[in-house]
Amino acid sequence: MTVLVVDDFSTMRRIVRKILKDLQFQDVIEAENGAEAFQLLQTNKVDLIVSDWNMPTMTGLELLKKVRADERLKGLPFLLVTAESQKENIIEAIQAKVSNYVVKPFSPAVLAEKLAKIIPQGQ
Amino acid sequence: MDVKLINPFLAAAMHVLKTMAEVDATPGKPFLKKNDVAIGDVSAIIGITGAAKGSMALIFTEQCIKDIASNLLGVPFTELNHEVRDAVGELTNMICGDARRRLAEGGFVLQAGIPTIVGGKGHTIRHIASGPCLAVPFTTSQGSFMVEVAFGSQV
Repeated sequence: MTVLVVDDFSTMRRIVRKILKDLQFQDVIEAENGAEAFQLLQTNKVDLIVSDWNMPTMTGLELLKKVRADERLKGLPFLLVTAESQKENIIEAIQAKVSNYVVKPFSPAVLAEKLAKIIPQGQ
Repeated sequence: MDVKLINPFLAAAMHVLKTMAEVDATPGKPFLKKNDVAIGDVSAIIGITGAAKGSMALIFTEQCIKDIASNLLGVPFTELNHEVRDAVGELTNMICGDARRRLAEGGFVLQAGIPTIVGGKGHTIRHIASGPCLAVPFTTSQGSFMVEVAFGSQV
């Protein structure tokens, strides 16, 4: 199972990668923004996306909308990691069919719980 | 400056460091900052808009941020490299986000930009607002850091 982790800060990418590794997800690829992530999705088989919301070039929400509009990618589980916890923002993400979201700061247990809810059974 | 605007940033700083890095931070006595010189070795500043315009800065001493970054990422850091600087930016992002969430609960809605990281002995921090800058020193078992918040006009 390959996980695509998207964040403009390498610190958060490393934190998420470490938690994923502890959860036995060994194959992790990284992108610094939504545009780079969407490019990687064209050439890599990805099973799960964990993306920050607030990034330059292309935000996590914009990436989510592009993924959901793409015939090949639209079914991918998509977890938004966000500092945006305002109701309006969360509603917009839900309307864009986000699989789940986690608000920063979060503990490893919280991220694991959110992931468990969106990972397809048997993976 | 309204203390109701400041307290959420202090609570957020303690909450983020505890949750993400298992670091206990204790706030000291706040003071009004009179100049732009940072009291520390590396900083990040983030612009804030919405119901009030201003900025928040997070300033660490070198030892403090190296130890906190080590806790955060699970690997030891012995120098103030780009990974440690990046951690200052992400911590600023998270603290500002958590503070905005707390303020939004009271109907005070703010938006934030993307943090800018600056460093070096005696570096300066230019807050966006022309209003007073409140600085709050924090102590941890790893060393000290500072939270600065400056707001101008409220909309």
